[in-house]
Amino acid sequence: MVLTFPHMGKMYIPAKAFFEEMGIETVSPPPVTKRTLELGTKYSPELVCLPFKINLGNYIESIENGADTIIITGSCGPCRFGLYGIVQKEILKELGYDIDILILDPPREDFPKLMENLRRLGEGKDFKTVSRASRKAAPIVMMCDSLYELGIYKRAREEVKGDTDRLLNQFEMSIRHTHGADGVIKLLKEYKRRLRAIPEKKDYEPLNIGLVGEIYTLIEPYVNLHVEQKLGLLGAHVDRSISVSWWVRTHLLPDIPLRIKEKLILRRASSYLGLCIGGHAWQTIGHSINYARGGYDGIIQIMPFACMPEVVAQSILPSISHEKNIPIMTLTVDELTGDGGYNTRLEAFIETIRQQKSENRRKEKSYGRV
Amino acid sequence: MGECKLYLGVDVGSVSTNIIVMDSDLKVLEKHYIRTQGRPIQILKKSFKELSGNLPLNSRIAGVGCTGSGRELAGAITGADVIKNEITAHGIATLTFLPDTKTVIEIGGQDSKIIIIRDGIITDFAMNTVCAAGTGSFIDRQASRLNIPIEEFGELAEFSKAPVRIAGRCAVFAESDMIHKQQMGHGVEDIVKGLCVALVRNYLNNVGKGKEILPRVVFQGGVAANKGIKNAFEDMLETNITVPEHYDVMGALGAAILAKKETDRAGCTKFRGFDSLEEDFTSTSFECDGCPNMCEVVEIKVGNQVVARWGDRCGKWGGS
Repeated sequence: MVLTFPHMGKMYIPAKAFFEEMGIETVSPPPVTKRTLELGTKYSPELVCLPFKINLGNYIESIENGADTIIITGSCGPCRFGLYGIVQKEILKELGYDIDILILDPPREDFPKLMENLRRLGEGKDFKTVSRASRKAAPIVMMCDSLYELGIYKRAREEVKGDTDRLLNQFEMSIRHTHGADGVIKLLKEYKRRLRAIPEKKDYEPLNIGLVGEIYTLIEPYVNLHVEQKLGLLGAHVDRSISVSWWVRTHLLPDIPLRIKEKLILRRASSYLGLCIGGHAWQTIGHSINYARGGYDGIIQIMPFACMPEVVAQSILPSISHEKNIPIMTLTVDELTGDGGYNTRLEAFIETIRQQKSENRRKEKSYGRV
Repeated sequence: MGECKLYLGVDVGSVSTNIIVMDSDLKVLEKHYIRTQGRPIQILKKSFKELSGNLPLNSRIAGVGCTGSGRELAGAITGADVIKNEITAHGIATLTFLPDTKTVIEIGGQDSKIIIIRDGIITDFAMNTVCAAGTGSFIDRQASRLNIPIEEFGELAEFSKAPVRIAGRCAVFAESDMIHKQQMGHGVEDIVKGLCVALVRNYLNNVGKGKEILPRVVFQGGVAANKGIKNAFEDMLETNITVPEHYDVMGALGAAILAKKETDRAGCTKFRGFDSLEEDFTSTSFECDGCPNMCEVVEIKVGNQVVARWGDRCGKWGGS
């Protein structure tokens, strides 16, 4: 069995480490590129959402590199994601690929099936191996997100534009040649140290922008046209409401404090949206309110074109923007790779907020004098 | 008489490229409105050549500002002092000439935007999301399909007595609706009026969604020349709409104003000069194979000298 999985941001780093510790041979898909998108759109239903197409492109590129088994998480709806694995399996079969897809559905849906899939994945590995591998790989999820969070912090404040990205790019180049959890952890630590050493501008106060929206487009930089990087280079500090470690901590680990916190955030959304309508629309609303309360300067919602749950959230956001007095902009991503339009919107969004802020500060000062 | 300082504003849009020359009293001396025709570099070179011949003798260019979707490119070629997004450029131009503006409606070739201004600063904006229905290029296309010169397209709507309903949400729907109505025997003026109303309805529902549109409302961008659209806006918003004198080049004008501010502060301009613009410009693109990201890198050369590169994510080629 040669295992592969679809890309989702830096998820491949802990995933790779975990399976390597398990002793399962894995192929990480090559980074998402034009070719991935082309392969994906060629074989996907035209109207399906973008993440589906990128997934499919990832699979095909991994299969070309020798993978024969794909592992993905599932959900039984209510949005289109619930059908991803099943439809993708059919498409790959029709294309003549002889592969296995293991869909890990949430335990409450079909527990015996989930156990069977996990057993097949484990391939006779004993419980000790699995638990050892999980214990070793779990911190990598957090460490990886924390490295990139430091990157976000540094990028907004770096003295020499591009320092942060050059370093993070080097990191990604080296991670491909690293094997096993220990090597990955060592590399993560090394780059965190080097990242910390990047000189910062003095007395610079970046704007704080919250990112909300559909999980895949939020996390995968190729798909969201590197929105975090763009905002960072415009001098804004970005907080992403959803990350891989967030997902792991709220879905796989018994992280009670975070789960309670998330529940409270969702409860705050109740006057706008009081239930899960699929995807992460509920989180989008909840986190937007949370950002507004937290004194953020602006919010950007990102979603794939025609994403059902996020379209609902999008229509609610103007009320939040109005009532909580916080600028909110929605960006829809699709197969576009020309990012001119996005640059314009992001630049204008940041500039508008910045001007408004300095105007408010000026007013405050002059009132203070009276 | 001392030499006179001039400022260049360049707005490279999807459909048209606008270049203006203004003096230090913000008076527009030259106004070029040319189709981009998908070849921004050649068009810029050609218009600069024409322009340099028309300028007063004792004048010099004291600042250059670029805006529009091709602003980076135009900025690299000219050596711009300011490279700014269209929202800021349009907002600044409107505020300079009509300081009491509260709402700016701008409809250009491929973009339509709304800019909300309160107390003289931009507080909010929105741009069309995915579909270009209702923007200049769509109207252009319909005008040529109906064989009506674009200049007369809007005026035709004024003759309409019974406008037909056209679906405005999607360019494909709108076109098929128009064709259907035309085959049913409706008059061209009624169809044109119907289209104008549909586009305005779409604009207000899509771009203007949730925005508080207060007077003074200023309508600018190439489409502001279209009387049919202007009237439809006035009917629907129940307010007067101001179309500024230089409505078609407001972006370029804003860029020039920003360039003046910048050079006043910096004390000198980075403008490369008209002579250097006559040199050979080449733009080539290649796929970097340094890592699996395979970025598309664009390289702009003047003669043999590389003046700009962009498109790379990692900063290796100097862009990002």
